[in-house]
Amino acid sequence: IIAFDELKTDYKNPIDQCNTLNPLVLPEYLIHAFFCVMFLCAAEWLTLGLNMPLLAYHIWRYMSRPVMSGPGLYDPTTIMNADILAYCQKEGWCKLAFYLLSFFYYLYG
Amino acid sequence: MESFLPGPVQNPLMISPHMSDGQGYNSSIPGLYAHQTPTKGSPHPSSGLYNYSGSQNVSPLSNYQGPGQTLNRPPMGPVSMVPLQQGSLPQMPPPSQTSAAVSTSAGSVLPGANLPALSNWQYGQALVSQPTTGSQENHFAHIAGTTSTQPLSSSGNTNPPTSYQYVASPGGPPVQNSYMKPPLGPPPTGCPTSARPFATPAGLPISSAPPHLLNSAMKQEGTTQSPPVPPNSKMGRSVGYSYPTLPPGYQNTSSPGAPGMQSPSLQCTGGPQPFPQPAFGTNHLAASMGGLSLQPEGLRTINLLQERNILPPAPLQAPVPNLHEDIQKLNCNPELFRCTLTNIPQTQALLNKAKLPLGLLLHPFKDLSQLPVVTSSTIVRCRSCRTYINPFVSFLDQRRWKCNLCYRVNDVPEEFMYNPVTRVYGEPHKRPEVQNATIEFMAPSEYMVSYLQLTWFITFDSTIHFYSLQEGLSQPQMLIVSDIEDVFIPMPENLLVNLNENKELIQDLLRTLPQMFTKSLETQSALGPALQAAFKLMSPTGGRITVFQTQLPSVGVGALKSREEPNQKASAKDIHLTPSTDFYKKLALDCSGQQVAVDLFLLSGQYSDLASLGCISRYSAGSVYYYQSYHHRHNPVLVEKLQKELKRYLTRKIGFEAVMRIRCTKGLSIHTFHGNFFVRSTDLLSLPNINPDAGYAVQMSVEESLTDMQVVSFQSALLYTSSKGERRIRVHTMCLPVVTTLNDVYLGADVHAITGLLANMAVDRSVSASLSDARDALVNAVIDSLSAYRASVLSIQQPGLMAPYSLRLFPLHVLALLKQKAFQTGTNTRLDERIFTMCQVKNQPLVYLMLMTHPNLYRVDNLTDEGALNIGDRKIPQPPILQLSVEKLSRDGAYLMDAGSVMLMWIGKNCGHNFISQVLGVPSYASVPQNMTHLAELDTAESVRTIAFISWLREQRPFFPILYIIRDESSLKSSFLQNMIEDRTESALSYYEFLLHIQQQVNK
Repeated sequence: IIAFDELKTDYKNPIDQCNTLNPLVLPEYLIHAFFCVMFLCAAEWLTLGLNMPLLAYHIWRYMSRPVMSGPGLYDPTTIMNADILAYCQKEGWCKLAFYLLSFFYYLYG
Repeated sequence: MESFLPGPVQNPLMISPHMSDGQGYNSSIPGLYAHQTPTKGSPHPSSGLYNYSGSQNVSPLSNYQGPGQTLNRPPMGPVSMVPLQQGSLPQMPPPSQTSAAVSTSAGSVLPGANLPALSNWQYGQALVSQPTTGSQENHFAHIAGTTSTQPLSSSGNTNPPTSYQYVASPGGPPVQNSYMKPPLGPPPTGCPTSARPFATPAGLPISSAPPHLLNSAMKQEGTTQSPPVPPNSKMGRSVGYSYPTLPPGYQNTSSPGAPGMQSPSLQCTGGPQPFPQPAFGTNHLAASMGGLSLQPEGLRTINLLQERNILPPAPLQAPVPNLHEDIQKLNCNPELFRCTLTNIPQTQALLNKAKLPLGLLLHPFKDLSQLPVVTSSTIVRCRSCRTYINPFVSFLDQRRWKCNLCYRVNDVPEEFMYNPVTRVYGEPHKRPEVQNATIEFMAPSEYMVSYLQLTWFITFDSTIHFYSLQEGLSQPQMLIVSDIEDVFIPMPENLLVNLNENKELIQDLLRTLPQMFTKSLETQSALGPALQAAFKLMSPTGGRITVFQTQLPSVGVGALKSREEPNQKASAKDIHLTPSTDFYKKLALDCSGQQVAVDLFLLSGQYSDLASLGCISRYSAGSVYYYQSYHHRHNPVLVEKLQKELKRYLTRKIGFEAVMRIRCTKGLSIHTFHGNFFVRSTDLLSLPNINPDAGYAVQMSVEESLTDMQVVSFQSALLYTSSKGERRIRVHTMCLPVVTTLNDVYLGADVHAITGLLANMAVDRSVSASLSDARDALVNAVIDSLSAYRASVLSIQQPGLMAPYSLRLFPLHVLALLKQKAFQTGTNTRLDERIFTMCQVKNQPLVYLMLMTHPNLYRVDNLTDEGALNIGDRKIPQPPILQLSVEKLSRDGAYLMDAGSVMLMWIGKNCGHNFISQVLGVPSYASVPQNMTHLAELDTAESVRTIAFISWLREQRPFFPILYIIRDESSLKSSFLQNMIEDRTESALSYYEFLLHIQQQVNK
């Protein structure tokens, strides 16, 4: 995710960029979903509650992705649009913060 | 499919800085575009096909006062006007250079010179014969013919780019007989074909080209160019030093908007003119508008509800930035490059407050009548931001200049100290680079590539047919590939052929194509696999693919399903504006990566899902043409349209392997691009092909506050390979002032540009959200800006709907957008038509877009010579533009509506008998034919005037608008009335109601 942020601000061909990023999106979502299932099994209700919004967001995000034949979210033709780029960057940072926080939370909680 | 491919081999001979070679080369350029054939000494600079109208007549000759007069530009130090047309004949005094150069260039576009040439082109004849192709059973049925031309890289520098051919076959109409035997069927009647010699190596200093090649090229030149070459070569040789004259072939004519240009130039000559006028079209015009800035009217506030006749009788001018006259006169022509706000707000907060979009509208590759071309070994650019040196940089002293975009101080290189125009050393600020906002650099010889263009053809139904046109074959050979899942290319080396060497064979093929498939019962279309095959053929070299498609692709990859429901309401949620598959988009991106552009001609009766198909052109920087319900026999009007547009398509200038970068002063940043391209990085567009009919829009935002800045600049640099294999860079620079108050922001608003940008944004919105969202956004744009104006600028609250003078037409134009095919509601717009209009909104230059949304209405039954324009020996009447309301129509008149791509002439029932007999050439109103599309040239004054006016309108644009003559009973009357924007329709408000609605919202 962070690599995505860094590279987006720099010059790189958006096609390559999307090609490297797109395959990573689904695994990320699946890992997150897997964690949620684990929390469900472990009856960690609070943790699960914290993670549910993100899970819902992921599902929504993937449902509303552009028409694509391969897996992934990012469309090289629209990614350079300033709004979308800014959104993706913000999303990346937020998620990074969330994952970091939850990592420490899982570690000590 | 058709393609032109640049080959990779460099050819140092092509452009050598030495006179003889370089000039010889230049002199051959005119042959390139036969319609620009130069005639030396033509007396009427502007009698061309597309011209700058009257003002051009005046400017170069009368206003020019020779170089060397100095004047002071406050921020930039002393500057002298130089003859911008660099006809630097070393032996001649400057003034005569200029006039000589001007006349040469001007003559290049005489229609008289053109027409004979046109008729000589084989394709002209071929096209004409197309509709009569007897055996052609169906309209271009089921099969798209595909042709392509491809340049072979020539080895070494021995091969000149001898001739480039543009060839296209608009589809073999196959109805039966799906499998043909390999040797192609025999001869030929007419077939929809075009083949046209493109480059003529008239004065090429290259000797070792295959003699027969050269010969044939010469021969063709003889037929295609009516005026002979000598003037050019003479001109070419006369050029001094490393600055050749404008290659005449390059001086494409400038198209539209010409009407706008006259009045300012008139005003300008009337006003005090302490400065010599540069002898230069664009600049002169921009300059002359300097006098217009800050008219007292600009400050006026207008109550829209009380202004009944708000439309100006002459076409609206672009507002003039409030800059010092000396800078403004150097500014870029607004037709090429304009900004929605000619006064840039200092901060984003101010911009947000104004509620107006900030953006640029570009027409970067427009055909220009005069374009300074610089061939220099060093192209001076800023070392940190790579900006090209431009008129708005400041020279700190003789040896240093400060970049106007990043404010870095750069050194002036040694060569730049010498001014080749005045031949004076030590005047870097007088160089043409610093005197012209629009300039073209020729890249040094090491960037040159040489290429030969080759052609190939593919047709397809459910299988793909390749045509082997190998040398030595007596007949073209057809190779059928039925495995469309995994397309391979049989004998690729034989498919690509040089049109010149194999002309016979190709003509043969094109002649037989229409008959080959007439008996075919195949109705499938494997467009996807055919495109893949074409891409494979093209990818080594790049170039252009032309697709002729008549139906929904139904087999193989990229097959589409019909998604149109006949009774669907436009407001319905599931309107299909988005592509249904990303196959075409991905293929387009692959194409873009290999420098291949795909142009789509859609000749379709039924729904063809343009939303999906259009992606192939959109992302590969191609163009889309759409002919609804095309039928070669039943719809002769569309056939004519196709012929004209195809001709323009094949003969227009083209740039390959182009990239366009837009730079702007630090603090501003690019938000979004609109148009057909692929965005490769934040400020870089990848354009496999660039054509002169493409326009682009850019949304900007103010990222950092622009404090301490008086002016900001924008620069667009378009790097492309010309069809002669030269790497050229066309640079446009625009300079605009920065303001701090909201009132000034409104003062500088450019209503046309704003409407154009909003239309682009609305297309995006309707694709990403919904049509009704986009419509709401358009209305809100008006409401927000007017209420912001009311709240923060007007001190006294008056009743009514107050608008700044600059925005007085804003509600009208937005209403026109809402009633346009792209955004209108109701069931009468077909989905493909709507999407095609959206494509046009995105891809058309602003002038045509504005004509399309808000057509010009003229009364033509009482044309007089009063106020007429004189172009050459023709008098062009200038009737006032009328408001688009039925109230302006009278039964006893005849009205011409100019909607850009079509013209409608409505004849009132009681129209004067004089007009009917003298202009239409029919005895009475009742005998006006139903489908009349031509005005006969009659020998009466009225007829001459009307025809002069219509052809003048047509000449201003590169495409050919068809004239429909309609009576009250005609079926087209509804489309005429539909354009009556100010009137009420069943689903839309009238202008007055719309204003009331806005007033309600604003006063809330």
